Amino acid sequence: MRESATAKALLQKRKWELPALRSSGRRFDLSRLFAAGAVAVIAFIVLCAIVPQWIAPYPPTEMMTDSIMQAPSAAHPFGTDYFGRDVFSLVVYGSRDSLFIGLMSVVVGGLVGGTLGALSGYIGGRLDSVAMRLVDTLMTIPGILLALAIAAAMGPSLTNIVLAVAAAAIPGYARVMRGQTMSINGRPYITAARSIGVTRFGIFWRHVLPNSLSPLLVMSTLGIGSSILAGSGLSFLGLGLLKEIPDWGTLLSQGRGYLTVAWWICTFPGLAITLLVLAVNIVGDWLRDYLDPKKKEA
Amino acid sequence: MVRTIIGRVLSSLLVIAGSSVLVFVIMYLLPGDPVDSLIDPASATPEQIATLRHQLGVDQPLYAQLADYFGKLLRGDFGKSLLNSEPVLPKIIEHFPATLALAAASALLSVIVGVLLGVLSAIHRNRPIDVIARIVGLLGISMPTFWSGILLLLVFSIHLGWLPAMGSDGWKTLVLPAATLGLIGGGFIVRMVRNSMLEVVNEHFIVTLRSKGLSERAIMYRHALRNALIPSVTMIGMLVGEMLAGAVVIETVFSRQGIGRIVADAIMAKDLPVVQGVIVFSAIVYVLVNLLVDISYSYIDPRVRRAA
Amino acid sequence: MEPLLEINRLSVDFHTRRGPLQALSEVSLTIRQGETVCLVGESGSGKTVASKSVMRLIDYENGRIAGGRIRLGGLDLASLSQNELRSLRGKKMAMVFQEPMAAFDPVYTIGYQIVETIRRHDSKSKEDAWEHAVSLLDRVGIPEPRIRMKQYPGELSGGMLQRAMIALALSCGPELLIADEPTTALDVTIQAQILQLLQELKEEFGMSILLITHDLGIAAEIADRVVVLYAGRVAEQAPTAELFARPHHPYTRGLLDSIATLDTEKGEKLHSIAGSIPSLTALPNGCLFHPRCPLATDKCRSEAPPLVARGEREWACWHTEELLKTTKGNKRSGGLDAASTAVPPDGALTATSPSSSQELLQVEGVRKYYPVKGSLPGRKRAYIRAVDDVSFSIRQGETFGLVGESGSGKSTLGRVLLQLEKATAGRIRFDGRELTDMGGTSLRSARKDIQMIFQDPYGSLDPRWNVGDIVGEPLRVHERLNASEKKERVARLLESVGLDASYASRYPHEFSGGQRQRIGIARAIALNPKFVLADEAVSALDVSVQAQVVNLLQELQEKLGLTYLFIAHGLQIVRHLSDRIGVMYLGKLVEIAPSHELFLRPAHPYTKALIASVPSADLGAKRERITLQGEIPSPARPPSGCRFHTRCPLATARCREEEPALRAVDPEHVVACHYPL
Repeated sequence: MRESATAKALLQKRKWELPALRSSGRRFDLSRLFAAGAVAVIAFIVLCAIVPQWIAPYPPTEMMTDSIMQAPSAAHPFGTDYFGRDVFSLVVYGSRDSLFIGLMSVVVGGLVGGTLGALSGYIGGRLDSVAMRLVDTLMTIPGILLALAIAAAMGPSLTNIVLAVAAAAIPGYARVMRGQTMSINGRPYITAARSIGVTRFGIFWRHVLPNSLSPLLVMSTLGIGSSILAGSGLSFLGLGLLKEIPDWGTLLSQGRGYLTVAWWICTFPGLAITLLVLAVNIVGDWLRDYLDPKKKEA
Repeated sequence: MVRTIIGRVLSSLLVIAGSSVLVFVIMYLLPGDPVDSLIDPASATPEQIATLRHQLGVDQPLYAQLADYFGKLLRGDFGKSLLNSEPVLPKIIEHFPATLALAAASALLSVIVGVLLGVLSAIHRNRPIDVIARIVGLLGISMPTFWSGILLLLVFSIHLGWLPAMGSDGWKTLVLPAATLGLIGGGFIVRMVRNSMLEVVNEHFIVTLRSKGLSERAIMYRHALRNALIPSVTMIGMLVGEMLAGAVVIETVFSRQGIGRIVADAIMAKDLPVVQGVIVFSAIVYVLVNLLVDISYSYIDPRVRRAA
Repeated sequence: MEPLLEINRLSVDFHTRRGPLQALSEVSLTIRQGETVCLVGESGSGKTVASKSVMRLIDYENGRIAGGRIRLGGLDLASLSQNELRSLRGKKMAMVFQEPMAAFDPVYTIGYQIVETIRRHDSKSKEDAWEHAVSLLDRVGIPEPRIRMKQYPGELSGGMLQRAMIALALSCGPELLIADEPTTALDVTIQAQILQLLQELKEEFGMSILLITHDLGIAAEIADRVVVLYAGRVAEQAPTAELFARPHHPYTRGLLDSIATLDTEKGEKLHSIAGSIPSLTALPNGCLFHPRCPLATDKCRSEAPPLVARGEREWACWHTEELLKTTKGNKRSGGLDAASTAVPPDGALTATSPSSSQELLQVEGVRKYYPVKGSLPGRKRAYIRAVDDVSFSIRQGETFGLVGESGSGKSTLGRVLLQLEKATAGRIRFDGRELTDMGGTSLRSARKDIQMIFQDPYGSLDPRWNVGDIVGEPLRVHERLNASEKKERVARLLESVGLDASYASRYPHEFSGGQRQRIGIARAIALNPKFVLADEAVSALDVSVQAQVVNLLQELQEKLGLTYLFIAHGLQIVRHLSDRIGVMYLGKLVEIAPSHELFLRPAHPYTKALIASVPSADLGAKRERITLQGEIPSPARPPSGCRFHTRCPLATARCREEEPALRAVDPEHVVACHYPL
């Protein structure tokens, strides 16, 4: 019933064109393969973040003075660093902070930006013009510069990095949410709700908001990737935390001095960042295709 | 038309003013006393601190500081470095060419690679070239530049010794940084052009073109491409923002003496006037480039031209 | 004589994720030189696929010719390579599409796109091609063709673009012109102009035309022969006159009977075909039409009828004999299914006024102006006058129809009446209370009595809500009911619009267009309103489904004592439903009259032209042809004096200067014209 109804809806919607049944099976399989791989990578890294002790062969702080800066081997798959720490274990333990920065800054940025955009788009009028001028202005400042300035002024701390990255992401979320809210607000079912006598807030809460969330969701997923990049970028530039267990960006930055003698120290943390971001982006792309009403028709 | 352009210019000026105020307010609101970075608060006497505060003008209320700052900005005075009292603007202008060269080279690279791959990928959908383009696109937006930069450095200058590892003189020093930065830009553009092409190919007018008997080549390269690229022009503006931001990291990795490097150093040293100066400067560049893009866009796209 | 186009047992498959989907099955048709053949069908019938198969454009949409032949002047199109086909497309056969706005490449000029086609097929110099294009634009009736050549598609109106599209199609002198719903996106007066143009050009260029349409009226007007498609198969084909006089297939018969003609009377029930068109993914066994057919027997359910040919006709039905028996003697008896056809019109209902003449809704001097964007401060602000000084009233229990072309302001007026938009000026009194003075809470509670049914059955239901919540939303807002009471009420509402109560837990996307419109109606009547505004409530539906919904609306009106304001561009339906009708043109109400009076004796030249533009399926009455010249002007710069004077055949100097006021030509009949007919 469901299938046929959709097919029919299609036929009725575009009277003169059959559903665009163009995408061939092969592309679908490729995307699927990518997506499956991506989910596996994410699952593994999340596991690392939650229970690193199950995965890391050594404690991250253990300095094996007899094996300093050893190239990758069976005992140390990613080699060891200048203190004789196992790089693989460091990477496993470092996943926690990197993931935290990525997730939390999206949550904070998405909430603030999304709320701002939704209110601005729904209420409109003067609030909208003020909010959008603010967002326009914020857009002119390159995100990482803003984040850098904020992080620099507030000093290095995990929270500050999250706030800095989140602040830089706010304009993007606000714009997307505003656009979506305005588009949903123009749909006939919103007029229908108004003609029934639903209150302004009721319409927003029950109709506009639930229908506006999917692009924000897609953007947030892709945003996790760019937040991880931005966060590790800040760490790399030296705004990271000087903790016993460094995050990936700091690890990479510290290994940079030994590049000529021990390439593995900064190669593997970078690889970890790339893999994680890649996986998140693949999932984000898949989600976008999945939620895209245009593509859903096909 | 002229009226629209005047309107755009005016609103751009407003945005520039807005962003300089915003930067100032952010700096003002953020915790941390600029004095702390100059003298050790533990060893300095309260008088010393007070004198320094007065010299810097930070004992004034916000609005007075803002007015002072804004007035100076209008006269081209971006303030002085806290560290060596060097005026900020000349310093930025001195180092800007290195950044400009990097941004221009990598923008060029990303546009060429991005557009080419994006178009081929959409036209030969599901063929090997499409798979390659999609992977390049994904990698481009997923690799941290500080890492890909280091990898290039490792391979091409440390191991192969083909290109210099650092510096900012001569075209050779530009190759690796531009390639690194070009990869992210290229990644963005590939994805955008590909999506945009795929959308256009599904437009109804493509069916009309086929019904006229045009060859697929003509349809793709004469019609679809033009329709897909017109909206892509707007991303040049976006790209400039990306390039400026990317320069901060890249110039650090490759030790280039550009404004990105200046700001990175200034941030570490808490030299706020320099940080402020560079941010305002890059905001101005960003706004100006986007203004140009906007204006040229309304000439390129007949749909916008009509609306204007 | 050798036919120009011969389609023989054509089957077309589309490749989908769930395997092949058969869109056409063994379709045959021929078109002779100089003939116009109409392919008629509702959505999902495969008529567009058929047209695209001839051009072999389906190849680009994962379609494939699975069997059969298509011969065009001796060439087998089904077996040619794309390269060979390309030299035929645009040259020997050309196509015109439904939406002219979307059919042109927006970033090239009209001229470029026509010249491109000419130079693709004919070895003409650029200058010659350009001149040829100019002469074509001139021929299809585009004023100032040299200027239009240099304009972009976005700068022309839909009607002008469709003319340009026709010019483009004719540019290389094709032998076959395929027109896929060429007028569906256009207003009725423009539609009449385009249809007339097509007929003239056919003679002039000696072409054949394959016209695809869902509108039997259009077919009756211009076709030599008609082919009726149902779910990808030919149900029937015949010369036009014979098809309309004696349909041999119950589907054709049902379609003809579903059309509200200009002479059906209010209160008469429209014939309707039960159910809806099957989806291609779930076709029934046997005869595809059997689930909806009143004559269906076990044989129909198990065995598909073959296409029988006799003389000029072909049809696929087991029970044609039986069908023909019921047709004899009475051209339009509708005696096919006693239950669903006409109850003879009741005098009391069709008379000029309904039971009471008390006025429920009074509208006085309502205006709605929208500021034009981008006007600079300091200058005189420009406005689009969407509704400009409109006054009328609607009586208790009647149906008031409001008609007009797009841009007439009829929908804006509807939204203003419901206070969905604030009027710029004027008063609206409903049931003794001033709606225009109300705000916030009092307005929300007043909405209980005023409800609305929307045009778009897909867009007007929140896709994330289930049907029970959608229908129950008005109850939730205005009445305090507990869950079981609400469930009970929703169930009754669904049943009263002919839906199963168990549908309450399903979501809108699971339903067909007609079912969704019923859901929308259930929501509108949930609070027992006094007044319902139906804005184009049936125009998005297929003909066979339209009739079901119209009947439902009438049934509910009788049962619940509703007053309707029925806004539509389709004159037949309005005529069928309404007691009185108002005609709008460019924001002005130009005529109000009782329904039959308006159609019998239109007093405004615009009304008369509008009525004359409607293609009629009734072959007996070949109507007087008055096609209105030109197009509706922009409401931002309405003409001076009488707004219709720019298109009016009777306009004088007075019309250009002095705006006519509404005045009575009859107690019930008012018109705004200096020279009423």
